[in-house]
Amino acid sequence: MYDVIIIGAGVCGAAVARELSRYQAKVCVMEKEEDVCCGTSKANSAIVHAGYDAVTGSLKAKLNVRGNEMMGELSKELDFPFERNGSLVLCFNEDEMPNLQELYDRGVANGVKELRILSKEEVLRMEPNVTDDVYAALYAPTGGIVCPFGLNIALAENACANGVEFHFNTEVTEIRKVDEGYELQTNKGAFQTKYVVNAAGVYADKFHNMVSGNKIHITARRGDYCLLDKEAGKHVSKTIFALPGKLGKGILVTPTIHGNLLIGPTAVNVEDKEGVNTTAEGLAQVIEKAGMSVHNIPTRQVITSFAGLRAHEDGDDFIIGEVEDAKGFIDCAGIESPGIASSPAIGEMAAEILKEKMGLKKKDNFISARQGIKNPNTLSKEERNALIKENPAYGNIICRCEMITEGEIIDAIRRPLGAKSLDGVKRRTRAGMGRCQSGFCSPRTMEILARECDMSMFDITKSGGESKLVVGTNKDTV
Amino acid sequence: MEVKNLICINCPMGCALTVEMEGNEVVKISGNTCPRGEAYGRKEVTDPTRIVTSTVKVTGGKAEMVSVKTKQDIPKGKISECIKALKDVEVQAPVYIGDVIVADIAGTGVDIVATKNIELL
Amino acid sequence: MKNYDIVIVGGGPAGLAAAVSAKQNGVDSILILERDKELGGILNQCIHNGFGLHTFKEELTGPEYAERFIRQVQDLGIEFKLNTMVMEISENRVVTAMNREDGLFDLQAKAVILAMGCRERARGALNIPGYRPAGIYSAGTAQRLVNMEGYMPGREVVILGSGDIGLIMARRMTLEGAKVKVVAELMPYSGGLKRNIVQCLDDYGIPLKLSHTVVDIKGKERVEGVTLAQVDENSRPIPGTEEFYSCDTLLLSVGLIPENEISRGMGVEINPVTSGPKVNESLETNMEGVFACGNVLHVHDLVDFVSEEAAAAGRNAAAYVKTVSLGTESTRQSDRKTDEEYLAERIPDKAAEQEICLIPTSGVRYTVPSTIRVSHMDEHLTVRFRVGNVYKNCYVSAYFDEKRVIHRKRQVVAPGEMEELKLTKEQILQYPNLKTITIKIEEA
Repeated sequence: MYDVIIIGAGVCGAAVARELSRYQAKVCVMEKEEDVCCGTSKANSAIVHAGYDAVTGSLKAKLNVRGNEMMGELSKELDFPFERNGSLVLCFNEDEMPNLQELYDRGVANGVKELRILSKEEVLRMEPNVTDDVYAALYAPTGGIVCPFGLNIALAENACANGVEFHFNTEVTEIRKVDEGYELQTNKGAFQTKYVVNAAGVYADKFHNMVSGNKIHITARRGDYCLLDKEAGKHVSKTIFALPGKLGKGILVTPTIHGNLLIGPTAVNVEDKEGVNTTAEGLAQVIEKAGMSVHNIPTRQVITSFAGLRAHEDGDDFIIGEVEDAKGFIDCAGIESPGIASSPAIGEMAAEILKEKMGLKKKDNFISARQGIKNPNTLSKEERNALIKENPAYGNIICRCEMITEGEIIDAIRRPLGAKSLDGVKRRTRAGMGRCQSGFCSPRTMEILARECDMSMFDITKSGGESKLVVGTNKDTV
Repeated sequence: MEVKNLICINCPMGCALTVEMEGNEVVKISGNTCPRGEAYGRKEVTDPTRIVTSTVKVTGGKAEMVSVKTKQDIPKGKISECIKALKDVEVQAPVYIGDVIVADIAGTGVDIVATKNIELL
Repeated sequence: MKNYDIVIVGGGPAGLAAAVSAKQNGVDSILILERDKELGGILNQCIHNGFGLHTFKEELTGPEYAERFIRQVQDLGIEFKLNTMVMEISENRVVTAMNREDGLFDLQAKAVILAMGCRERARGALNIPGYRPAGIYSAGTAQRLVNMEGYMPGREVVILGSGDIGLIMARRMTLEGAKVKVVAELMPYSGGLKRNIVQCLDDYGIPLKLSHTVVDIKGKERVEGVTLAQVDENSRPIPGTEEFYSCDTLLLSVGLIPENEISRGMGVEINPVTSGPKVNESLETNMEGVFACGNVLHVHDLVDFVSEEAAAAGRNAAAYVKTVSLGTESTRQSDRKTDEEYLAERIPDKAAEQEICLIPTSGVRYTVPSTIRVSHMDEHLTVRFRVGNVYKNCYVSAYFDEKRVIHRKRQVVAPGEMEELKLTKEQILQYPNLKTITIKIEEA
């Protein structure tokens, strides 16, 4: 019997788990995929929004501003990459100025600090590659960029270090109210728990509706993105949005925390909640619209494209709290943008609700800090040499595009909640995320995985399940 | 008279050859820019042959596989038999370039030889 | 910090040939830095035959061709380090490298030869839509898995791109037991050598679909199939021509890109057409004492030409080192100048030197080299280039300023095959104030 089962090891599930791990409780996270950060959390804009977008008074507005405030400290505590690079919302003619002003006013009302409206000249001085058609812009210095994998993994690892159990490849199929709480039926058997946190992303409606008569409905809203080579990473320094309006909504141009350039997303409602396929139209739209805000984007330098699904709830706001007709069942549903930015605050809020309900007591031995995988590229020559002397694997480059060493890959595999697949290694270390997109390093990373996990090469996957990478040996079918 | 169109593979030129045949007799070859082209055209329509390259397993070496080839070209029709004959072949390291891995592969009279040095582990 | 006359970045065919040639031209202090566990570079996984016809007058496989040069390197006692990654090179030619044993270390080189080779273009560069399951490999990655490790990446294969590696892998996968269903090529012509189309596709009845591309990839975990469509003259898919192929593997052979991250980092000027350094007649980049050869300079079709080009780079680097060394040794004792100070003085007045620009136009995409300093030119100079389209019964012409000097009939030239023109110093000296040499394709 668990005190709390959290469904979903995305960024919200992990944030709730980490906050709950401050208290004396038996907590478990159930994830249908083989790793944390496999759904919406892995494929998004990786933006820590400032908080001027959402309707004042909404949960989105409150949690975004709070989450943004928390992110700086959290990134230090849990050692993941985050930077306040600032964001600009561009407006293209005088007619749109009232809309920009409205956005400013809303931001101020939401509690966003340091907002300013910049003139065309100020914008172009700040971002020379923004199109000359710009008329003015809203500047939010508190906007930031984060490594979404880094954030999600850090939260989960820290929760794990504080005693939270993680069950992967465990898909909840049914939830039943029982006397003491709930029974969760899964492909790995039944589990009992007093409380449930529903952080199931695009599937949160399914679980909510299993226990409640007040139905919610989540639409998977697909967004296509293109990621550009690091050579293009300095094309802009701030995150560039266009004012929602004539140009449509939401195609942004931003540097990523690791120095690439990211453009996207589109917005298309899809039936299939696993439908993360990009489309030719979507990718063309991304390139076209990004070019309307920022000129001369070197689209020849696209190194990969991907699509992610936003969990859009019909009510257009986050749903966080105990379900009225299902006591002990806490929703964290409808988490779409600004979900990444809000996640620390979502975790805080959900944990607070449970603390009150359950009368939870703080642990004495809570470990608040977590150390990430050492990044030798940030070390001085002397420090790096000391590291290699201690562990020669840090002298062996495996991914030559991102300059990732064997030492980092081994750390990613061996640490708690370690990587079990090529994508798991990639999300933790960036090996394979560079310009050759794992062409050179995948066979070597596969070898390291096989060695470290004592697995056959035939069982190494790209991302769990049936995503096998090699299927046999030479001539075995001849 | 039968006309066969071929692309000469002797060099990157890739000359477009036209071979005119009377039954099994080659009557005329055109389109080649050097004598090797003519020889290729003649051979390709009467007795096509290929060098076959593949791999076999190595034990106790610094690598798992050693690359191999037929020492000379073999009849095109024998390629598949040649590959089948290599299926379960395993060699012990060290292996050196030119070592005979399988003699007289698939009854062609041609040996399979190693094309890479694999040192002892 | 250790000093070397020449540090060579990369121990593949270019690096090896450059080292051998530099040594044969009188430089003893040479170091090759190789990131892989053995010398030979990508040749080690190119187990097919067809290498060396020009160089050795016999047909060798990739590993055999590499071995000929490796043996020369060993016989000449040239130093090399394996499993060693060059991290960066400063503009003063301090090479920072790293490996397990030595950690991170610096070397001062008088001359550097860039020979890092190239990488394969990935799916993203083509923006192929669809899912991102397992089973999508670049052809070279599959080649490594099959030829060096003995693993089959899949059973039923579609190949996009008819570059040589794609064609070669169609045959390799077939021979090792896979079913290669089709090779699709975006362009109306193949990017590979004709012999490879004949011997790798035709021999095995593998269809080649020109003017086709992948418009969708199915399969959430592992590839389940791809949809091909015909494209119009602007490479845009034509609606209604879609055709689904079930398969578990998609191999991509869609182009090679010279790996010039280190070069860019040290300030080497890159030609946007080749993605390789701009070089002069000595294969020297805009950075003095920094030479480039092989696929890092421009993507070659035949390794024989890589070896030939690299030998020239090695020879020129050796000549450079000798000039610099003579100067530094004699003056060092008298006025204690540093290398850098001495080099600064040694650089001749660039304006006074006659420099000829090579201009590619009308079908010629680029030339290597881009400039010729007549004073530094050997008696013979090979100018290599590629064309942008298939031209039949055409002429390759060279204009010395306005005057047509070379006019060579060609039955066919194609983008997949590198072309060359030989210039002689004697020929150029006949035009004392020559500014440009324009190379173009002229229709007959």
